[in-house]
Amino acid sequence: MVAARERAWGKLIPLLQRAQAERGYLSREALREIARELRIPESTVYGVATFYAQFRLTPSGRQRVLVCRGTACHVRGGARVLATVKKKLGLEEGQTSADLSYTLETVACIGACALAPCLILNGRVYGRLTPQKAAELFDTRRPS
Amino acid sequence: MNMNSVATLERVETITLTIDGVTVKTRAGRTVLEACREAGIYLPTLCYDPDLEPYGGCRLCIVEVEGMRGLPTACTLPAQDGMIVRTESPQLHAVRRDTLELILADHAGDCLSCRKNGHCRLQEVSSYLGIDCRPGLLREPKRPVDRSNPFFDFDPNKCILCGICVRACAELQGAHAIDFAWRGIETRVVPSGGGLWIDSNCEYCGECVSRCPTGALVPKNSQKASRYVKSVCPYCGVGCTIYLGVRGDRIVSVEGDRESPVNNGRLCVKGRFGIPEAVHSPNRLKKPLLKKDGRFVEVSWDEALDLIAQKFKEIKQRYGGEALGVIASARITNEANYLAQKLARAVLGTNKVDCCARICHAPSVHGLMRSFGSGAMTNSISEIEDAHTILLIGSNTTEAHPTIGSRIRRAVRRGAKLIVADPREIELAKIAHIHLPLRPGTDIALANAMAHHIVVSGLHNEKFIKERTEGFDEFWAVVQKYTPEYAEKITGVPAEKIKAAAELYARGQPGMIVYCLGVTEHRTGVVSVQSIANLALITGFVGQPSSGVNPLRGQNNVQGACDMGALPEFLPGYQRWDNPEHVKKFEDAWGVPLPKTPGHYPLIFCSRMWDDILKGNLRGLYIIGEDVALTEANIGKVRKALQSLEFLVVQELFMTPTAELAHVVLPAAGFAEIDGTFTDTERRVQRVRKAVPPPGECKPDWQIVCEISNRMGYPMNYRSAEEVFEELRRLIPIYGGITYKRIDEHNGLQWPCPTEDHPGTRFLHKDKFTRGLGKLVGIEQEPPEEVPDQEYPFLLTTGRVLQHYNCASMTGQVSGLVQLVPENFVEISQKDAERLGIAEGELVRVVSRRGAVRARVKIREIAEGVVFMPFHHKDEPTNLITNDALDPICGTAEVKACAVRIERV
Ligand code: SF4
Ligand code: SF4
Ligand code: SF4
Ligand code: FES
Ligand code: FES
Repeated sequence: MVAARERAWGKLIPLLQRAQAERGYLSREALREIARELRIPESTVYGVATFYAQFRLTPSGRQRVLVCRGTACHVRGGARVLATVKKKLGLEEGQTSADLSYTLETVACIGACALAPCLILNGRVYGRLTPQKAAELFDTRRPS
Repeated sequence: MNMNSVATLERVETITLTIDGVTVKTRAGRTVLEACREAGIYLPTLCYDPDLEPYGGCRLCIVEVEGMRGLPTACTLPAQDGMIVRTESPQLHAVRRDTLELILADHAGDCLSCRKNGHCRLQEVSSYLGIDCRPGLLREPKRPVDRSNPFFDFDPNKCILCGICVRACAELQGAHAIDFAWRGIETRVVPSGGGLWIDSNCEYCGECVSRCPTGALVPKNSQKASRYVKSVCPYCGVGCTIYLGVRGDRIVSVEGDRESPVNNGRLCVKGRFGIPEAVHSPNRLKKPLLKKDGRFVEVSWDEALDLIAQKFKEIKQRYGGEALGVIASARITNEANYLAQKLARAVLGTNKVDCCARICHAPSVHGLMRSFGSGAMTNSISEIEDAHTILLIGSNTTEAHPTIGSRIRRAVRRGAKLIVADPREIELAKIAHIHLPLRPGTDIALANAMAHHIVVSGLHNEKFIKERTEGFDEFWAVVQKYTPEYAEKITGVPAEKIKAAAELYARGQPGMIVYCLGVTEHRTGVVSVQSIANLALITGFVGQPSSGVNPLRGQNNVQGACDMGALPEFLPGYQRWDNPEHVKKFEDAWGVPLPKTPGHYPLIFCSRMWDDILKGNLRGLYIIGEDVALTEANIGKVRKALQSLEFLVVQELFMTPTAELAHVVLPAAGFAEIDGTFTDTERRVQRVRKAVPPPGECKPDWQIVCEISNRMGYPMNYRSAEEVFEELRRLIPIYGGITYKRIDEHNGLQWPCPTEDHPGTRFLHKDKFTRGLGKLVGIEQEPPEEVPDQEYPFLLTTGRVLQHYNCASMTGQVSGLVQLVPENFVEISQKDAERLGIAEGELVRVVSRRGAVRARVKIREIAEGVVFMPFHHKDEPTNLITNDALDPICGTAEVKACAVRIERV
């Protein structure tokens, strides 16, 4: 069983990577297509795709928010920042808003502990945040 | 099964090992866990299941083995001669406890309110290891329970990740509907697609549910039974052996019989979840009904039966027995079928007696009779798993014969090669090595071309052809022009594929052919069957285990109905109505002269009865358990005929469209309410038993027949169904050695079983064909009567779906099944849909020369120019549009091919 799972993985992973590169994520249709192509069950493909952190099964939003959950951020109020962002965007971690405007994720430490608490929005680090400052970030950056 | 294992036990090596100081003997190849179990030594296990491949996931079955390092898991460790094993030690105990604590820490649920309480393996193991199994109370459930499907619930919080469900689904059912997903502590069982169960490709066979050791997978509305009654599933011809769980006078559960050679415990959704609601439906008929002024009123049995006897007598006196007909049923017992045809022949005096084998496998009865001498499956169901090559033609097995479908998938899993000839990309086509998407009704061209290629490539079995067959020259004279290239033009299948399939089949010793109604339901049904039998004859793939030609019979007792002579052309046991010797035997036994004429025009098959009625020849009809107004071809005509009958009696469980048209409706007892026998597709005679009382005033079919007969002056007095069986087995040589007692002892018996010391027959034609030599015949391809043209550009083919059974009078009572497939649909290819500008889910009208029905569009992998519809839905009945062109030999209608057009509504 485990062996079978691993055998399937070998052929699968390159295909999953290619599909993700094309669309940015793996849709159910994409997984189905791959299952068909390799003649393996769809459930196996799903199992493998979810086993690796590199694969996304939902489309990501146009704006990607990464809130830090590292220790430094935590002791300086990172949790409240996260709670605020969640509320502001109406999203839980790992979710994408229905209109695909935002994807909310968390990371262990983004390596900017001096600026704690912090988050990354579209690749840019915002530090020394308070819940209010964090909330404002999203007021001014409404997706057009 | 049992006999096999006894036989192998003698051959295989016995080994001896010491377990906890006790000397234990077992067979080589067993695991240490199995050796323990055989010796009655308990080992805690969570992920072990005797029917699944060894897994070694839970690590509770660890043992110490002298000379071996570490703590191997007994369930994966092969037992070896001289091994010294300890199953208990302080170290083992401590490791097991730690392992279990970890599992329990992640298990949220309250045992007291859990439906598995009392038979949960987690509880059992906890108690063995001395751990209080209530840590669930410490944890909040973190995932929602998935209640999306109609039959069972999945509570991931109670799941211990033993993988039994995942493996059962893959290894036994072959559906691969679920798998582990995510990783680390997030690992969980996920239905395919990653969302809810209802959106996965689950087939609801319930195999996972019946094996889950915890309360993670539990059936909805499950009540514990107070007793179990062994029976046979009433739906399809596989004849899965079941146990009905009964509580008071209700069936509360159904389990497959794991000892049964038919299904080894497997069931499909209909058998597992579709029985209690159908049996106990509030819509069951409960009293005899008489139509007065166009409305049914309840009457007493006496009034109904007296009237029937009087009317039948009148019609017989005025027009002769031939003005009367009986349609017996592939749904009722052998006993009832035997008496129904006896009533027709001995009492009513007519040979116009038939059953619904006419619309399905009459071509197999005749075709295989002509080629081999016996019109039934040559092999046993269990032999499928050992075939090297399976050639599947015109059978959507996973839908129509589901547990056989899962055996085919299992055979493929075990290395068998699969060739699927079907216009649609059915489930099995997806795992086939070769899929031949032929046009409907071109099976003969395909079989001929495969035969052609086999012979020209020298892959035929000359010795077999010479010694065991006749007619090769005549056969070759026709087949030689069917080159694969020629067949490509007819079938639409590339010649290269035909060649590859021919080679794969001919090289696959043993090769097995399995076919179904895609072959038979054409006006060329009989000869199509023969063209397929030719393939087995030229390769010699018949008369061995896992090698032969196997029609999958449709209904639970269609094989039995045919065996019992509910066919105009055969007396019971395939003895001929036109053979004076056979007729005399029955005249002597029954004490009356039998009708010597077939009735009007050659033989009045039920498919010809409609014209016979409309011509005024047939005036009174007695239909038992068949919904002809829905399941026959071109039902517009059938309905018109039924309406013009002088007298129509319908004996039924429910008020079907046919019953609506009757003058008298008689309420019959169902399979769970009576004693009797069914004969399944592998010729196995099994018993059904009275498990619950019939509702209202329902009576067993055979008793009703007796009452009519008695009132007509021909006494039929039997004290029990068994007494009827005793009479019929004396008259039917192939049933001669079968008794109720022997059926119980042998888990059913497969005919031919001529004498009481005969073990029954697993496969036919071992050294000699029933007819002596196998007959090769040259058969020309002929097109269906209707071919697509400008006005009707599509070829419609019809079939069944997994969730419903034929007229759906029973499955239509089961809410979960109705929920899964609520309405009629039509499958069409992407390209055709685009051309017509219709979208998935759109309602369209499908129109033929005979009528029109509405259906929802499903875009599927299907050959261009071909569309498919099921025929279960009485509101939009597909058979309004099918063609009643008949096979000239056996009268089967061409419901698998007619020309239609598709209109937007
Ligand atoms: S659902 Fe049941 S069978 Fe499946 S892994 Fe969980 S506990 Fe095991
Ligand atoms: S019900 Fe059958 S098909 Fe569905 S997941 Fe369980 S084993 Fe698989
Ligand atoms: S319908 Fe057929 S396959 Fe399904 S359980 Fe009944 S006999 Fe078995
Ligand atoms: S802990 Fe947040 S940046 Fe390091
Ligand atoms: S039973 Fe052996 S590891 Fe689970």
